[in-house]
Amino acid sequence: MRWFARRLVFYVFALWVALTINFLLPRMMPGSPIDGILQHLTPAQLAANPGIVKTYEALVGGGNNSIWQDYITYLSRIVHLDFGVSTSHYPAPVSQVIGQTLPYSIFLVGVAFFLSFLIGTGIGMFAAWRRGGAVDNILVPTFMALSAFPAFFTALLGLYFLGLKAGWFPIQHAYDNGLSPGFNWEFLSSAFRHAQLPILVILAAYTGGWMLNMRTVMINTIGEDYVTMAHAKGLSDRRVMTWYAGRNAILPPLNGFAALFASAVGGLVFIEYIFSYPGAGLTLQQAVLGNDYALAQALLVVLSVCVIVANLLMDVLNLILDPRLRTG
Amino acid sequence: MTILVEQPSGSRRKTGLLELRGLAVEYGFGPRPARAVDGVDLALQEGEVLGLAGESGCGKTTIANAVLQILRPPARIAAGSILFEGEDILGKSTDDLRRYRWRNVSMVLQSAMNALNPVMRVGDQFVDAMRAHEKINRKRALARAGELLELVGIDHRRVSSYPHQLSGGMRQRVVIAMALSLEPELIILDEPTTALDVVVQREILQQVEALKRDFGFAVLFITHDLSLLLEFADRIAIMYAGEIVETAPAARLAENPQHPYTQGLLRSFPPLSGPLTPLTGIPGSPPDLRDPPTGCRFHPRCPHCLPEQADLYRRQTTERPTLRVIEQGHEVACHLVAEGAE
Repeated sequence: MRWFARRLVFYVFALWVALTINFLLPRMMPGSPIDGILQHLTPAQLAANPGIVKTYEALVGGGNNSIWQDYITYLSRIVHLDFGVSTSHYPAPVSQVIGQTLPYSIFLVGVAFFLSFLIGTGIGMFAAWRRGGAVDNILVPTFMALSAFPAFFTALLGLYFLGLKAGWFPIQHAYDNGLSPGFNWEFLSSAFRHAQLPILVILAAYTGGWMLNMRTVMINTIGEDYVTMAHAKGLSDRRVMTWYAGRNAILPPLNGFAALFASAVGGLVFIEYIFSYPGAGLTLQQAVLGNDYALAQALLVVLSVCVIVANLLMDVLNLILDPRLRTG
Repeated sequence: MTILVEQPSGSRRKTGLLELRGLAVEYGFGPRPARAVDGVDLALQEGEVLGLAGESGCGKTTIANAVLQILRPPARIAAGSILFEGEDILGKSTDDLRRYRWRNVSMVLQSAMNALNPVMRVGDQFVDAMRAHEKINRKRALARAGELLELVGIDHRRVSSYPHQLSGGMRQRVVIAMALSLEPELIILDEPTTALDVVVQREILQQVEALKRDFGFAVLFITHDLSLLLEFADRIAIMYAGEIVETAPAARLAENPQHPYTQGLLRSFPPLSGPLTPLTGIPGSPPDLRDPPTGCRFHPRCPHCLPEQADLYRRQTTERPTLRVIEQGHEVACHLVAEGAE
């Protein structure tokens, strides 16, 4: 448990660093973000939102307050999820824009990452168990080759060949035009169909990493005495592979999750852009292009929080899977 | 040593519990595989403690793994047979082999400290072994695991501990208890106490001896510590470079070693009682098994292999000595020892 407490402290610290960098970034940029924001709003719009200028000033700087005052206000705004009004989605508040786009990204990345973890570690485990077998000789090089391409390139290939040429998947958006988001079968099935190709692309891009990682660790684990002993005990091959070798081999790849996930969030922007998938990545790209500082800043905060939360979840999983951490 | 072989009813021929015949195990393929075990004949009677001693890398552990059929590629059995209760286990199907392991022969691994799965509770690792071989529900299996733990002096509540919560000596005992869980006819102890301090070592061996009296299993005790075997084993086989060079009852081996290698091993530790003699050891190091010396494999290190004695020297360097009985129960493979001497 002490281990977990240490991790928690670390995450709080990481969050604080992310928030602070996010606070400093617009202030260190050349030009005046606040002017950029305000020029997107008409005087009438400004008049309709009293106090909006103050919010923006706290978030991106440019007012007459000291930087410390701004910092305090900035932190309290974030705690209250008050990121101001999105200039590119006027009059929607930033928090609402994020609320509409983030779920798509979480769905996309969540499902794709879970699947790539499952498939990658599964293949890696089996490939190591039957070294030089069919899985090791065919699937491993295939996924290695796929993951050697940058995600956006795989996305373009998938879009062109599987979407446009073969017509197997819809090529853009998160659901059919004409449907409105809601909790009904028509929308959900449409959303699922639209997510297939992006998920496939993420799978192609990231499964190789899990697979190689798992395979390497598994090969070492197979040499461990407890695996030999499990064989000697007369356990079935499958039992030894999963519960003795695999169960132990999976721990190090799980710890490498953080780096992989952070890079996936970066890749998300490209993938959503290529598929015009209305998630947080695409919105971030649009916000940056449209000088919507408030939205871009808020998205960066949210994405940092997502990465941190994902890591936290992995730590909990680790804690469940590795008894040595529980008493440590 | 008394040989009181009680034949199992199904067996047709009179054999011991375990018999290796001309066993050869190779590592690697291609033109020069390393023969870690080369033509080993070894027999073990029921209830007997057979010690197998030799330097590191002489093939002791390979024999243990071969007997349980848990050799991993690139190791493979190149020749010979392994008879358990008269039946060659090399011809067994995967399923039969699985049933044979642990039920008939169990093993305490070289580093039993690492022999327990770190992410499973100790009890569940017993349960796994039991349920792989018989229909028993988890609760009963756990209760039996607790009883087995008590046998080796560990509180039965430890079934719910994880391995990292136990000390090294406790883990070792747990593995011994686990090896007993299906009451096998043979337990292979592969350097079971090498990682432990001398006091714990002694305790554990005494415990094994007591358990042996109660359960009546046979033991194949593999170690490089010949002094341990002199106390513990009924009979000792000395291995060098993949071959058995001498076998004899423990007491006889201590008093009257015939092979120069055995003599060297015996001189490399101080006697437990009596006056101290200078320790000499054996100069040189074991040969490369991919390209073993011609003739007697020990001849490059043998103090009695001298070019001056031309005739003997020629035989030592070109002829491979075979095991010959020099007295009831005492066999030596050495050109220096004449057949039926004494």
